[in-house]
Amino acid sequence: MKRNIYLDYAATTPLDERVLQIMLPFFDQEFGNPSSIHRYGQKAEDAVETAREVVAEVLRCKPTEVIFTSCGSESDNLALKGVGFARRSQNDRDHIITSKVEHHAVSLTARQMQDLFGFDVTWMDVDSSGMILPQVVDEAIQENSAICSVMYANNEIGTINPINEIADICRKKGVILHSDAVQAAAYLPVHVDQLGVDLLSLGGHKFYGPKGVGALYVRKGTPILPIQTGGGQEFGLRSGTQNVPYIVGFAEALRLTDLERESRISHLKPTRDHIIGSILASIPRSKLTGHRSERLPNHCSFVFEGVDGNLLLTLLDADGFSCSSGSACKTGNPEPSEVIQLLGLSREWSLGSLRISLGQGTKAEEVEKFLTQLPGLVEKARKLQ
Amino acid sequence: MTRVVVAMSGGVDSSVAAALLKHQGYDVIGMMLRLWSEPGKEDSNRCCTPDAMALARRVAAQLDIPFYALDAREPFRSIVVQYFLDEYASGTTPNPCLLCNRTIRWRFLLKHALALDAEFMATGHYVKVSQDVKAGSAPDSKQTWKLLRADDRSKDQSYVLHVLDQDQLKKSMFPVGDYPKDKIRMMAKEFGLPTASRPDSQDLCFLAGEDYREFIKRNAPESMVSGDIRSTDGQLLSRHTGLSQYTIGQRKGLGFSSPNPMYVIEKRSDSNTLVVGYEDDLGKDELQVKDLNWISGYPPADSFRAEIKIRYTAREAWGEVVRLQDDNFQVRFDHPQRDITPGQAAVFYQGEIVLGGGIIV
Repeated sequence: MKRNIYLDYAATTPLDERVLQIMLPFFDQEFGNPSSIHRYGQKAEDAVETAREVVAEVLRCKPTEVIFTSCGSESDNLALKGVGFARRSQNDRDHIITSKVEHHAVSLTARQMQDLFGFDVTWMDVDSSGMILPQVVDEAIQENSAICSVMYANNEIGTINPINEIADICRKKGVILHSDAVQAAAYLPVHVDQLGVDLLSLGGHKFYGPKGVGALYVRKGTPILPIQTGGGQEFGLRSGTQNVPYIVGFAEALRLTDLERESRISHLKPTRDHIIGSILASIPRSKLTGHRSERLPNHCSFVFEGVDGNLLLTLLDADGFSCSSGSACKTGNPEPSEVIQLLGLSREWSLGSLRISLGQGTKAEEVEKFLTQLPGLVEKARKLQ
Repeated sequence: MTRVVVAMSGGVDSSVAAALLKHQGYDVIGMMLRLWSEPGKEDSNRCCTPDAMALARRVAAQLDIPFYALDAREPFRSIVVQYFLDEYASGTTPNPCLLCNRTIRWRFLLKHALALDAEFMATGHYVKVSQDVKAGSAPDSKQTWKLLRADDRSKDQSYVLHVLDQDQLKKSMFPVGDYPKDKIRMMAKEFGLPTASRPDSQDLCFLAGEDYREFIKRNAPESMVSGDIRSTDGQLLSRHTGLSQYTIGQRKGLGFSSPNPMYVIEKRSDSNTLVVGYEDDLGKDELQVKDLNWISGYPPADSFRAEIKIRYTAREAWGEVVRLQDDNFQVRFDHPQRDITPGQAAVFYQGEIVLGGGIIV
């Protein structure tokens, strides 16, 4: 297959070469189990603990507040279930607050806790930019609220939520705040005290780290139970032999992301704005989805009236561009995602979503080529309807 | 490089079709139709993990070709499934695959294939096309495409493709039609395709392995009007549960006993009567067909001899095909044929050439 121009960095990113190099020795040379007593174990444990310190430095927290997991979704599960079950057993708090636009790792976890484990869940609405407003959180909080989970930035429409304002409200009312920062961490600062969160989920592959590794920040003193029990690794919160090379890679990728944050943003933000301006000007019946300014610097998302979003992705892929949509279904189901459906668009609009997400490999001439081709392909998709 | 879209199904034939084209140097794209399944029965067949689609996508990845799913649920339901229900309700026994091929595969899918700048659409059907080049004429001049039966007659699928016209055939490729089925399975193994040992599909895709009668009961309950079962001489024998629940030639499940086995001979929708008779009553030596399609665009003559196939699984029988005044055709068989079923197609052959066919009235 011909290599396409990749415009789907929000789905995943390639591994940074520097990260790969740092990981490699831990597959064969330093292969020990961090829990072993001998010197192999000692070296492996040192690698994991060094990685934990690196992550803690970026998050500006204590190393003991960093739990390594297998992915962002696992971090979300541990946060919701771990805190939910702990608070219910400690002081009968069994109310969960979350929004209608969360990633499925949060929303379906909350749904399961509601349907199978007897929790009460409030599903918060968003404004027309997909933003969760602090006063909505305020209104949702009850006496028995255990945890509130609000994503830092939306994966589909790029909107950034006012996490620190939400945190102020939660703190005053004694509600634990979790934020899914899986999509945000590649570009937004993740200082946990500035954000004011009690828990924060991260996933390695969104910022040029490996797939299959994530982390959960858990503020000291937060009531939480493990959801995976066993050998007691990760301070008893996540049993299972640590994936040493991936943890090392995760930490290095996060460190580089933090170090290079400003230069990465300055490379992408003007391109993002150029794409948004160009598409809205050159394509009739097009709309930006998500917030115009409070959005991820690498993220553009649109809807086009009278277009089947999946068909547009097919036409784009065949023409050399790999993008994504709001339904992201590989088996041809055009149903718009819950998120797109919440934006107050008619069905004619919400079926035709397109997400373009940029990254370190994005070149200006590729973007120009894309912007030249897209209007014709949207027209083609409209005619095929 | 010539671009070809292969209509993939997750089965062995379309997988090998894609592999053959890829190895012949074409720029191959795999596409798969997402077809309708009954509400409530979608669970086993839901986005994003239907087995067949996941398999087709893997085959495409292994062949290093792009793969796209195309949502055809709405046109499939409103055209093909509706036709299926309507025909049963009106007392005939339809073959929805014919309509699916004409409207979904060779119209809806072909349109999308051409939109992807493909020059051809290929499928895993066992048939062949040939270009009948007359001396001195341009190779692509009009009406020169012939539809031919597959070399492996036991797998020949020309019956369900007799609905195609010249414009559609001109854009079609059938890479597996030149090979016997066991050779295709062997090639699938040689190519290392994960579909190599997948069993052939048998029933209608939207029935999900269920008997069609149950599907009709749920989806067209209005067709379940009980009526008389009468013998050929008009004698009342029993009651039926709805004409749609019976097929011509059916012996079991008639709901009454008789000293000699009785068969469904006719479904009279005007009086909602099921006519039954003995084995001798099943044979007829003539039938009429409507809605004809001729591969060349025209019938070979107003009257011609041909081999006629009256069901997908029937053996061909010789007869005379004659044009009637209303442009329908009449078939007069050399020998009486059993189970001539209104709603099924009669397809005409001369040797390996498919002339065309129509729906039995």
